Amino acid sequence: MRAFDIDRLIDDPRTRIIVCCGSGGVGKTTTAAAVGLRAAERGRDVVVLTVDPAKRLAQSMGLSELDNNPRRIEGVEGTGELHAMMLDMKRTFDEIVEAHSDPDRAKQILANPFYQSLSSSLSGTQEYMAMEKLGQLHRSGAWDLIVVDTPPSRNALDFLDAPERMGRFLDGRFMKLLAAPAKTGGRLGVKVLSAGFSMFTSVINKVIGVQLLRDVQTFVTAFDTMFGGFRERAQKTYELLQTPGTAFLVVAAPEPDALREASYFVERLAEERMPLAGVVVNRVHESSGLSGARSLAAAETLNERGDHPLAASLLRLHAERMQLSAREGRLRDHFTSAHPTVPVAAVPAQPEDVHDLDGLRQVSADLAANSAA
Amino acid sequence: MSARDTDWDGVRLHVVTGKGGTGKTTVAAALALALAVGGRKVLLVEVEGRQGIAQLFDTPPLPYGERRVAVAADGGDVYALAIDTEEALIEYLEMFYNLKRAGKALSKLGVVDFVTTIAPGLRDVILTGKASEAVRRKNKDGSYVYDAVVMDAPPTGRITQFLNVNTEVAGLAKVGPIRNHADVVMSVIRSPQSAVHFVTLLEEMPVQEALDGIHHLGESGIPIGAVIVNMERSPVLPKGDLDAAAAGTLDLDQITHGIKAAGLEHDADRITAVLAREAADHARRTALEAREKARLADLDGPRYELPLLGDGMDLAGLYDLAQSLRNQGAA
Repeated sequence: MRAFDIDRLIDDPRTRIIVCCGSGGVGKTTTAAAVGLRAAERGRDVVVLTVDPAKRLAQSMGLSELDNNPRRIEGVEGTGELHAMMLDMKRTFDEIVEAHSDPDRAKQILANPFYQSLSSSLSGTQEYMAMEKLGQLHRSGAWDLIVVDTPPSRNALDFLDAPERMGRFLDGRFMKLLAAPAKTGGRLGVKVLSAGFSMFTSVINKVIGVQLLRDVQTFVTAFDTMFGGFRERAQKTYELLQTPGTAFLVVAAPEPDALREASYFVERLAEERMPLAGVVVNRVHESSGLSGARSLAAAETLNERGDHPLAASLLRLHAERMQLSAREGRLRDHFTSAHPTVPVAAVPAQPEDVHDLDGLRQVSADLAANSAA
Repeated sequence: MSARDTDWDGVRLHVVTGKGGTGKTTVAAALALALAVGGRKVLLVEVEGRQGIAQLFDTPPLPYGERRVAVAADGGDVYALAIDTEEALIEYLEMFYNLKRAGKALSKLGVVDFVTTIAPGLRDVILTGKASEAVRRKNKDGSYVYDAVVMDAPPTGRITQFLNVNTEVAGLAKVGPIRNHADVVMSVIRSPQSAVHFVTLLEEMPVQEALDGIHHLGESGIPIGAVIVNMERSPVLPKGDLDAAAAGTLDLDQITHGIKAAGLEHDADRITAVLAREAADHARRTALEAREKARLADLDGPRYELPLLGDGMDLAGLYDLAQSLRNQGAA
């Protein structure tokens, strides 16, 4: 197994973007924050972009809450700076609309019911806006290093696919068709007419309903000039993710589902030629010396003799922990044998959640200890 | 349906949610097994395309169709269905509009993309719509096809939005076919025939999400079911020892004596140090679990507890969890 070296990654000035991905509940957000903090304390100017609305992370960094603008984190030791922000997808979407259309048109779009639903839905929009925000932060040039925590997708594919899918949709034939009745006789309109345009609108009317269709059409007409831009930016961000300045960290926990998802992600990143830096396995129970079997045997000896109940209980506790550790070890071995070239780091389980910068520092120190081990 | 004295007599749609990593798929499967005991027929539905049910029951990935995946104690059947949004949409078009071929054409034009990934709420209406169709489906003799439907639902952070399809499509479709469909779905989800169960671990974030989820769902008038505490550890140390371990005042000499007495002469001091450190972790963890449990204590409604399985999750473990749910009155 190759050990993942976090310090080499964050100390390399060529590393400009770190993307943390993985399934929900594996400590992705905490990993992103810990990596950001460590990089800042080692001299980088870092912004952490999270999509997790939980206030705990903000509080652990000394803020009551995070919003769509980067906030400076106090208490960072060393020469670097740490900023953190939470993606507000509606705000981000609104800003794009405002930036790319004149005030009247922007107002019209922002008031459209279809736009309002689209911009606050969680399916697709969040992933798209996370990528949009990442592109913005990168283009601003204000940050030496950007650490992103990806949305908890229903499956690992969503965050890579959603921008493309949304771009394809906003730009696509369907939208143009919907817009077609408003513009008379476009080339596409003529082509579709021959393919039975009236069938198309009657089906759409039946399924979607007249009112919604009208909202969508109004939206499309108003939004028309922005379509190309969306697609183009999505494509640029996608290409940015493929450059050597980007590093993907796949975050997992030593559980079958989380590691299966991690495997899937590792393969997918390779397919898309996205640069994978390593896999971080959180909440690992390390094995420490005395084997579970010997520990259990010793506990049984004491129980039979009826003395030293405390030592017997502690030996049992240790045996349980070793049993867990052995199971986790098997799962990790299974993963590494399937992906022998992928560097892996293990972060020990903390008895309690992370509450402050010291907690984040501990996590990052544990992460860094892997390369030394 | 046999009248059994359980907490959920009359409930036919069980929605199981929980923060990621809490084991909601496992709990949903165990609940389905528990409900099927004694010759009943239960459908376990997956909506997130992860094929978690197939993994759990150790079967090949589920196609879009209802397949029997397990037999419960005393001869009940658990069927499973992984809902594919695209297939469900085309099926819906066919069922209500007789539009199968049009559905394919729409798919080419990107309409299916639109519904399944872009248009907010439409995807959820399709998914919840399919589940509520299974709840309402009847045999020729008028009896229900399934005695119960258990849904492995999206995570807690999204559950209210997911189930509250009416509100979700309200801004989008005030009238029309989507709205009508949403109304039918909503009448099932809001009825006393439904219950939404929250799976949690005794950890801060999952408990917080469960409490927030219950609060939001309560506001929307959707019936809340049980809180299911998953992967609970049994206490190993008595209270006095826990306090001492937390305070770092365990009698280390005494422990070293014990270790030597157990035959681990060699290395006894080092082992003692490891055990004391683990005991301190365990004490902090136990205190945290007690705090989190106290936060759940004020909730109305039943609470079930499922043990952590030391050997990890397997089929035998799943049946054990099902039995445990039955013993606690969940089925």
